[in-house]
Amino acid sequence: MFAAAAICILVVMALALARAFLGPTVCDRILAVNMFGTKTVLLIAVYGFLTGRPDFLDIAITYALINFIGVIAVLKFVEGIADSEQQPRPDEF
Amino acid sequence: MDLLPPLFPDLLLDLLSMALLIGGVFLSISGAVGVIRFPDFYTRLHAAGVTDTLSAGMILAGLMLQAGFTLVTVKLLFILIFLWYTSPVASHALARAAMHTRVEPAEAEVIDADQGDESSAN
Repeated sequence: MFAAAAICILVVMALALARAFLGPTVCDRILAVNMFGTKTVLLIAVYGFLTGRPDFLDIAITYALINFIGVIAVLKFVEGIADSEQQPRPDEF
Repeated sequence: MDLLPPLFPDLLLDLLSMALLIGGVFLSISGAVGVIRFPDFYTRLHAAGVTDTLSAGMILAGLMLQAGFTLVTVKLLFILIFLWYTSPVASHALARAAMHTRVEPAEAEVIDADQGDESSAN
């Protein structure tokens, strides 16, 4: 039962990766990476249950947090680029 | 009669957690197909949001039933709470960044008033 769930989550991760490669805009790629990270959290939890090792859930908790922080950091970076394009910084900066 | 009570809770828990897992996986796959097929970024953001919140909730609830009242269930609750709080914030930040970098939503097909009558007429 857990193996089937793990395989289906892998299929979803493959679809998310496909969107990451296809995605026209940067935000599509970030969206795909965010979804991929969330599915990794679920995969770790299900795999922990599959192999009967409850300590996998600690990894899943930290991964969920770090994935979120990473996505927010990349988004701030992307917005920084958009800002610098709209108001170019003075040359002597 | 004594065979039924010990068998009953385990069977029920297994069936219930299997149903939750199947539901969660189905939502996850439908969300992923939505992320692939939708026309523009903002609709894909909605599809990704579906997979992040409800399908993760159902899968983790299915695992919780399997774990029963142990520390594992508390950890699963933590994961669920973190996911339910962080994924909407991430989706909002994504939409804000997309608006900021001027990602254009796809143009919906404009159906004029009269043309609409014709297509609905025939």
